[in-house]
Amino acid sequence: MASTRCAACKYLRRRCPSDCIFSLYFPSNNPQRFAYVHKIFGASNIGKMLQDLPLHRRADAADSLYYEAHCRIKDPVYGCVGIINILLQEIYNVQCQIAKIQAEIAFLGTHAQSDQTQYQQLQIAPNLDPNFLSEQKGLSNSFDDSSTWFF
Amino acid sequence: MGGNSPCASCKLLRRRCAKDCIFAPYFPSDDPHKFAIVHKVFGASNVSKMLQELPLHQRADTVSSLVYEANARVRDPVYGCVGAISYLQNQVSQLQMQLAVAQAEILCIQMQQEPAPITTTSPVLLDADDKSSYYLHQNNLPQFLAFSSSNNNVIYDSFKKESLFGQDMIS
Repeated sequence: MASTRCAACKYLRRRCPSDCIFSLYFPSNNPQRFAYVHKIFGASNIGKMLQDLPLHRRADAADSLYYEAHCRIKDPVYGCVGIINILLQEIYNVQCQIAKIQAEIAFLGTHAQSDQTQYQQLQIAPNLDPNFLSEQKGLSNSFDDSSTWFF
Repeated sequence: MGGNSPCASCKLLRRRCAKDCIFAPYFPSDDPHKFAIVHKVFGASNVSKMLQELPLHQRADTVSSLVYEANARVRDPVYGCVGAISYLQNQVSQLQMQLAVAQAEILCIQMQQEPAPITTTSPVLLDADDKSSYYLHQNNLPQFLAFSSSNNNVIYDSFKKESLFGQDMIS
């Protein structure tokens, strides 16, 4: 019955002890996972980081270390920080779009109220000089019914 | 007067600081903490290899990003930078929902004000090159982040809108 070494011990070409700190988080079926974290952080640092954490946090820590290593290999200059910058830009852009639409909503709401007010004024005072309002709106002086009051 | 003082890395590593020391331009002796934290997380040897593989003009930004990541990892030993990414992705999702709601609202208002039949060219007031539909879909970021933010006890400072390094990092 052959015991399988974890990916870390295979990579480091050493015996995989029963209490190997890497074995749970770097299984032998995914050698790339350990290769990436080792390239960026080093096996010794990974081991120390995992040892400093309680057992129930180590899986997430290993995952996040792999993610960071993966980002750094893909983008050797900025790594994860490049992604953070992109997200900050996205947040800013979407906030700007929301602000723009809310301003347009406010404007349309004001515009609708203004039209409504003028319509009500016409209903209340039908004997107003029609030329007065048409001059205001730039409409032709000749009109027949109130429907021409509106654009 | 005497020779140059060793850089922060050579001081910490207790070695002679060569004239062509790869760390010297980026880890001055007046900021020992900067190298200490990068060494703690990544290791001097790994940092040296990373810098050697990059052209000169990119090394300063690389060091800055490494320092940032190292600080994030020390502050949050479980999630590091990835916690910040997860947090920001949640923010983006929430804002995208708000944007969708605002867009629906403005469409309703327009439909109420102009009851003419809506053509296929929708009379929305958004720009023709509006990227909101892009943001509503999944972005190209790796969707690795299955961490629930409630597990993360680190409180993130409000991220500033400008680049982390004071200059535009996005090419």
